[in-house]
Amino acid sequence: MASIPTSERRPAAPRMRLSLGDPIFRAVVYQVAVVGAVGFLVWYLASNLVANMEARKIASGFGFLSREAGFAILQKLIDYAPTDTYLRALIVGVLNTVLVAVIGIVLATILGTLLGIGRLSRNWLVARLCTGYVETLRNIPLAVQLFFWYVVIKDNLPAVRQALHPLPGFFLSQRGLAMPVPADNPANPWILAAFVVGVAASIAVGRWAKRRQAATGQPFPTLWVGAALIVALPVLTWLASGAPTAFDVPELRGFNFRGGVILIPEFVTLVVGLTTYTAAFIAEIVRSGILAVSHGQTEAALALGLQRGLVLRLVVLPQALRVIVPPMISQYLNLTKNSSLALLVGYPDIVSVANTTLNQTGQAIEGIGIIMAVFLAISLSISGIMNWYNKKIALVER
Amino acid sequence: MSDAAASLNNRTAFGAVLGTRAGQWARSNLFSGWLNTAVTLVVAYLLAKAIFAVASWALFNAVWDVPDNQTQVCRDLHGIGACWALITHNYRFIFFGTYPYDEQWRPAIAVLIFIALYGASAMRRFWSIKLLYAWIAGLAAIGILMWGGIFGMPLIETDRWGGLPITLILATFGAVIAFPFGVFLALGRRSNLPAIKTLCVVYIELIRGVPLVSMLFMASVMLPLFLPQDLTINKLLRAQVAVIMFAAAYLAEVVRGGLQAIPKGQYEAANALGLTYWQGTWFIILPQALRIVIPPLVNTFIAMFKDTSLVSIIAIYDLLNAASGTINTEPAWRGFGMEAYLFVAMIYWIFCFSMSKYSQHVEADLSRAQKR
Amino acid sequence: MSSTAASVRPAAAGAHAMIELQHVNKWYGQFHVLRDVNLTVETGQKIVICGPSGSGKSTMIRCINRLEEHQQGKIIVDGVELTADLRNIDTVRREVGMVFQHFNLFPHLTVLENLTLAPIWVRKTPRKEAEDTAMHFLRRVRIPEQASKYPGQLSGGQQQRVAIARSLCMRPKVMLFDEPTSALDPEMVKEVLDVMVELAKEGMTMMCVTHEMGFARAVADKVIFMDKGEIVESNAPTEFFAHPKSDRTKLFLSQILGH
Repeated sequence: MASIPTSERRPAAPRMRLSLGDPIFRAVVYQVAVVGAVGFLVWYLASNLVANMEARKIASGFGFLSREAGFAILQKLIDYAPTDTYLRALIVGVLNTVLVAVIGIVLATILGTLLGIGRLSRNWLVARLCTGYVETLRNIPLAVQLFFWYVVIKDNLPAVRQALHPLPGFFLSQRGLAMPVPADNPANPWILAAFVVGVAASIAVGRWAKRRQAATGQPFPTLWVGAALIVALPVLTWLASGAPTAFDVPELRGFNFRGGVILIPEFVTLVVGLTTYTAAFIAEIVRSGILAVSHGQTEAALALGLQRGLVLRLVVLPQALRVIVPPMISQYLNLTKNSSLALLVGYPDIVSVANTTLNQTGQAIEGIGIIMAVFLAISLSISGIMNWYNKKIALVER
Repeated sequence: MSDAAASLNNRTAFGAVLGTRAGQWARSNLFSGWLNTAVTLVVAYLLAKAIFAVASWALFNAVWDVPDNQTQVCRDLHGIGACWALITHNYRFIFFGTYPYDEQWRPAIAVLIFIALYGASAMRRFWSIKLLYAWIAGLAAIGILMWGGIFGMPLIETDRWGGLPITLILATFGAVIAFPFGVFLALGRRSNLPAIKTLCVVYIELIRGVPLVSMLFMASVMLPLFLPQDLTINKLLRAQVAVIMFAAAYLAEVVRGGLQAIPKGQYEAANALGLTYWQGTWFIILPQALRIVIPPLVNTFIAMFKDTSLVSIIAIYDLLNAASGTINTEPAWRGFGMEAYLFVAMIYWIFCFSMSKYSQHVEADLSRAQKR
Repeated sequence: MSSTAASVRPAAAGAHAMIELQHVNKWYGQFHVLRDVNLTVETGQKIVICGPSGSGKSTMIRCINRLEEHQQGKIIVDGVELTADLRNIDTVRREVGMVFQHFNLFPHLTVLENLTLAPIWVRKTPRKEAEDTAMHFLRRVRIPEQASKYPGQLSGGQQQRVAIARSLCMRPKVMLFDEPTSALDPEMVKEVLDVMVELAKEGMTMMCVTHEMGFARAVADKVIFMDKGEIVESNAPTEFFAHPKSDRTKLFLSQILGH
């Protein structure tokens, strides 16, 4: 391969000269000044910190994580007892945060989408009601709403002995919602695995079907086949393992229910509060996404002979989603951060547990650091997903 | 509609009603088809039931006053009628917290000054340098009124302050101080100098990634550790610092959006005329960018206003915490949380809804101007 | 109008050329966008540059006031070499005026404020003097009555004339025009070209990228054809249009003069 002649190759960058007229030198001077100022500030704060911690005899380091926690946690997804370590307690807290966040996101999306579509309804009553919902809940602080729901839920639930019994195995009382879960069974992990395999298989089938359509023009009922896979594989596994139907059902023993899973009223409060609040914002996002696709797009697609379903799927939805997804993901992030208000209602999420920890051990810096690290990890991953999505769907422009 | 049907309609009374403007509107918006009609009827029925239930609890069966703190009357009606006596007895505590009773005219005037400043800033014809002076004078007056110590007003320390003034102070000073900070962060994030850009990005992403609760903890617990031992700052100031640092990151992102919207030609024209970076930014870029982002700036302020309700976590008596205080401290008023929180919700709602309507109004103005 | 002395600086005796481009090369990444460009512009000369889009003509004149950077070769404006040195860049920008295709007026300032901003803050002119100069040039471009209006209230042709006046208020030695009439409705092209012709007749050194060949015939001392980053042909207008030497020039002329 002939090498590019020297006159054609791009020359190397010129060397820097030591004068304020040289842009590189000036840039270096500015940055050194700013970094220096910030660095000085950091050094000043850090030296104060060290002096104060010595004077007040505050311990430092993460050694406390392996000490015994000594406090109980009312709702836990994994086994935990007050004799377990602080580290385990914090993990329970993180799991509780994730639980609230995931359930909240799912429910808020459903409710918010319905409200957003409802605001655009041709029925005046429905449209006005949805608007009223959105304008009311968006303008009241979440903390106020949480306190309100807490009072409503706590005050109106009956005592344990007179628990409401809406469905077999479900008990609603002041202690919370007790519900049955599938009993521990060796087949359970297999069923879960089958579900995951079903999801992966339906994605693979979708890819294959796209390729086949590109090559031969034949469409394929990907949606139905995919849904069938996701449902059928776990069901088949369940049947194959002898169709176990044993449930761990809660039973009233003494002052509380044993067995099953108990969702404490604080959890219900937090989920209800977060869902109703975030749904109001999601409704606006969905509404503006739908409005953003100009009617001309639908008209052009119909003029080409596409049917309504395809128009929605191929023309309207992709453009609407482009507008909807980024702010939607921001709202998911907000919901996750807002779950930290669990402290106000006494739900043991990571903030509550870390707060208790730092009160007991006196190590405030490590405690707050853990809280911030957990949320940062969640935020950065969600932002990463959003950036990836934005890059993937970005319209190519001149 | 066919002519025969139309003529029939016009001849009957029912048809006369249907023929009116209201009737036609109802027909197309409420009863335009079987499904629509069914939905309207079901929703109207449920709505009527709900309104009746709420009205009977909140209005018809409500107790508006009780002698002294004898709340037995209220308790008997719990669940049937609201106990607004809670509000009529305790409204001064909810509005002003533990501020001494006789001096409460001072925070009351402070609140009025705040509302006047907000209102004036919203109206475009007041936008001039005089508005800036008004703000400086207003904020100074608020400080003097709340603290006292001069003009014959007794000194009241910040730990006695509470209620609505705290909410307004935290939100307003937070926004005002965080705003220039946020502008610098936005400019820094768009800078070509890698060190400055990195510092700004790290700050913004770090603060935006963590909840305000953790910032409040940090300020309340950790800030004293970062300062030399002989320097103490009071709790309200710590909360204020946390709110400022938090707001600056969000304002920075909003301003950055505005900066990105300025066409490259403006930067080029400024450069071609020989203006320096700071001259171009101050005279050309910032005025245009900030004007574009007024609606999201107002929305960010609304969010900050709502977020001040979290300071109850670090035991500062803002409006929400004062309301919680009325039902948690005195045994006579225990258990009337619904009334307290509904009242406080209404106050917040009035502020936030007005600001949000304003922001929508500005947005409509801006898009109308752009369509020219 | 006795404005000759007011708007154009006289050339220094025995002067160097106003603009010199020597072996200028520029790359965008690996894409070679200016190839060994050599050009000399004497004081008072008017140069019209034409060529197909993507030929590098806009890039070349944007290099002259450092809106773009060249990687190789020399650009010398009125004796000052354009390097990375920021002080040189500032000096050059004060002496070089630029008119953009999309006007780039400052929409939040009135016409008068658009014109006085740079003289006040860059040349440190007192406000009264700056305003007098601004009104003088507004009269020159024939829209003095628009002084207190905002750019959004003016037509395209008026805006571009304001843009020309804005550059003139800095009393530049050279005026660069980057397709000044391409974004205008046809009926407004003439009013802008008229102003440019007047400016040319007063002796302003001008470099103009344009497709308006009538303007080139009327005013230019030299017409330059650029293609694919290099100067293909350079000639006096009559020769250029009547006897183009290169095939590429012939093709281009047939395309733009044909319809």
